[in-house]
Amino acid sequence: MSNSLPNTTAQGAATSTSHTKTPIQRPSLGYRFLRSPSVLVGASIVIILILIAIFAPAISPYDPIKQNFKIQLQPPSADHLFGTDEFGRDILSRVFHGARWALFVGFLADSIALVFGVTLGLLAGYYGGWLDGVIRWLTDVMLAFPYLLLAMIVVAVLGPGITNAMIAVGVVYMPQYIRLVRGTVLSIREQEYIEAARCVGMSPTRIIFRHVLPNCIAPIIVMATLAIGWAIVETAGLSFLGLGAQPPMPEWGAMLASGRNYMLTAWWIATFPGLAILVVVIGFNILGDGLRDVLDPYLKR
Amino acid sequence: MFRYIVRRLFQLLPVLIGVSILVFVGMHIVPGDVAVLLLGDKGTPEALDRLRHELGLDQPVYVQYFHFMADVLRGEFGISLRTRQPAWTEVWLALPMTVELSVSAMLFASLVGIPIGVLAATRQYSLFDSVSMIGVLISVSMPIFWTGLLLMMLFGGTLHWFPIGGILDEGISLPRITGIHLIDALWQGNYQAFWSAARHLAMPAVALGSVSMATLARMTRSAMLEVLHKDYVRTARAKGLTERVILTKHALRNALIPVITVGGLQLGILLSGAVLTETVFALPGVGRLAITSLLARDYAVVQAVVLIAAVFIVMINLLVDLLYAYLDPRIHYA
Repeated sequence: MSNSLPNTTAQGAATSTSHTKTPIQRPSLGYRFLRSPSVLVGASIVIILILIAIFAPAISPYDPIKQNFKIQLQPPSADHLFGTDEFGRDILSRVFHGARWALFVGFLADSIALVFGVTLGLLAGYYGGWLDGVIRWLTDVMLAFPYLLLAMIVVAVLGPGITNAMIAVGVVYMPQYIRLVRGTVLSIREQEYIEAARCVGMSPTRIIFRHVLPNCIAPIIVMATLAIGWAIVETAGLSFLGLGAQPPMPEWGAMLASGRNYMLTAWWIATFPGLAILVVVIGFNILGDGLRDVLDPYLKR
Repeated sequence: MFRYIVRRLFQLLPVLIGVSILVFVGMHIVPGDVAVLLLGDKGTPEALDRLRHELGLDQPVYVQYFHFMADVLRGEFGISLRTRQPAWTEVWLALPMTVELSVSAMLFASLVGIPIGVLAATRQYSLFDSVSMIGVLISVSMPIFWTGLLLMMLFGGTLHWFPIGGILDEGISLPRITGIHLIDALWQGNYQAFWSAARHLAMPAVALGSVSMATLARMTRSAMLEVLHKDYVRTARAKGLTERVILTKHALRNALIPVITVGGLQLGILLSGAVLTETVFALPGVGRLAITSLLARDYAVVQAVVLIAAVFIVMINLLVDLLYAYLDPRIHYA
């Protein structure tokens, strides 16, 4: 990637005369990222969250798990900015530690979906034939389930717990990647440069990794970004239902579930973890939309 | 068109078979021995063996699958461990609640989302456009179980405008006809019950429909923007038609085609949300049935819910496709 300054319209008048021989340069990718407000806002939110997650033990004022029954259900105050829960635990500290779980779980669930989904999508799109038939059938079957019920079956089989909830969410999002990648591969499979690569005698594996995959990467990046946010919500939902994180783990969905019992007397317990989920998801949504606009203008809705 | 429908119905078969295999395999490898669960502590080894034999659990897996399929096709989904009722009865009793909730949510989503989208598109880059699109982004990103909790805390707990959870106020009895409370109340002319049911349904429907509302608003806005820049809209303007006629007769009709598709697909998504919404608001629907059964290891009921939901979604997708073809004469299916 070139780091030269792009010919933007602002300087265009001055530079176009002096560089008449150079063709019109497209602004570099990095520059286009910096010019996109969505990418900047989304990335800032996500980076702040990652920092909170990394430094959670350092910036949390209290231990997120230690119970203190002398200060049960205290409203937000200077000592406890987000208040305390039914066990006297500091909610701010729990929300900070929850960011670790949320990002960890969202990232891993998304990775599971991405690795398997992209592989199957590439195979189905590139080879076609019976392999495509089988993979498409599998995708159709998985998409026939309401995603939460599918995730519930997976958790039923594996047993409740945050790891299994994460795997369940990964499985649920896999078909989305398969569809996306398969469609993209189908559209580029018959292009001349692929044909050329075949004529030169490149092996299918090499063609897939050198020519097909790089051309699918933009939509995959967009999808992966958006899906982290969704995966965080889904996993929190499973925890809320009692199928994911178990107490006393500071996980946002589980915190909301216990906050539900104190909804009318202690609003802060259910408010702040939910707000945290909202901020994370908005961050990834804005970033994903921004990336889509920058990476692929044709994908714009 | 008829041949297309028949062909599509046949294409559904492999998917439905796949769904049944997945559910069967899932419920088969779930930890816990059904015979032990059924007999509880009283089970002697002999009694357990006898029950396993009765249930066909000692037969090869593929034989069990065919028995399972034969039962399912006859509408027999097994017996619920918790209530000792047929699983199908359990689902049948809970179904109307979920239908009532989902349809109300969809109504809310369409009646609010589509007008917002239209207004935002006709006033592109205006204050209304920006504010509503920020609202849409927030609604899409809010986990519905949190939306439900917030609504309950604000409108139920603090303001006391709406009741918190449940279906009807205490002291109101409503004999079951269809199981859909609003319809039952109207049918029997019991307006007090109707009002009570509507008030109880309002917050769950808004919570469940909020994400779809935002999706529809976004979709309507972009579809309207696209249509409004079409030549025929310019022609209509040049002819001197009023803005209202242009919007409703020329733009909206065409813009709604993709919106209806998305709306139909949202119905399937609502089913997942119903599990969470019904849990938050303590509504006795299919979603809550699924989760309580799962937590109680009552797998016969889980299996019934999942199978019925999957068939429902497959059917909805087919209907959406057909509706799309019907609404858009440019699409031809051979």
